[in-house]
Amino acid sequence: MALKTDAVGKEWGGTTYQVGREKIKEYANALGIENPVHFDVGAAREAGFRDVVAPPMFCVVYALPAMAPAILDPEVGMNFATMVHGGQEFEWGEVVCSGDEITTTPKCISIEEKMGNGFYVFESTSVNQDGAQVLRGVWTNIVRGV
Amino acid sequence: MADVNVGDEVRELRVTPDKYLPHRYAGASGDFNPIHIDDEFAKAVGLPRNILHGLYSMGLVAKANAVALAGGDPRALKKLSVQFRGMGVPEAEIVVTGKVESVDGNRVVVNTEATQNDTKLIKNAKAELDLES
Repeated sequence: MALKTDAVGKEWGGTTYQVGREKIKEYANALGIENPVHFDVGAAREAGFRDVVAPPMFCVVYALPAMAPAILDPEVGMNFATMVHGGQEFEWGEVVCSGDEITTTPKCISIEEKMGNGFYVFESTSVNQDGAQVLRGVWTNIVRGV
Repeated sequence: MADVNVGDEVRELRVTPDKYLPHRYAGASGDFNPIHIDDEFAKAVGLPRNILHGLYSMGLVAKANAVALAGGDPRALKKLSVQFRGMGVPEAEIVVTGKVESVDGNRVVVNTEATQNDTKLIKNAKAELDLES
């Protein structure tokens, strides 16, 4: 069966996330990250940040929800029963601090069949309230047996 | 220039996620997929038990490299690309290792991976760090 590739090039609307101190703390605690710049506003400012700063991989907190409209789109048509997260790439720009508003926009960049599996690749772009790019993500989902 | 050379081993990180780590990570990340937090559900869909989030393991890889090379500075990591392979489980030690692949001024690229027992959770990962600050 030929893989449906109509969604390649499709973009979805942006999702905005408001970054807060307690959420950064919760994320840092889950990962066992100990640098006080993630917990204490005084330590963060002393180190030159505007406010409590997010660890790089905090990006999942603001970017993951923004991917849902793309992942769930029937036009993409992924079979979730056999889907696995195959690969992930993140490229960071401006740091993210508490108080930032991050808007993430997803795009489908390729749908290909390789050795009987479907490779669905999405790109996300995240910018802060000043329009500065904070993150570019490339999300690869593999659907086994298409 | 950074005091890092091609071929250097990055100081490894060893972490044993406890039984409830997937629940805390689900809360922190917002990813409540039941395969991570519901052992019965995970077994019903053919998994050995509830499994770790892949992005949690990726988070450990990010942390290990930032701590080892940049004292945990959140500005240092510029790029991280990973392939997810084996499934990670709670209550078993994860080891993150890395080897410096290239150094260009302050820009360092590390070949890194995360392993649990004999399973590679993340392989062929590349972390790019800027050690300027």
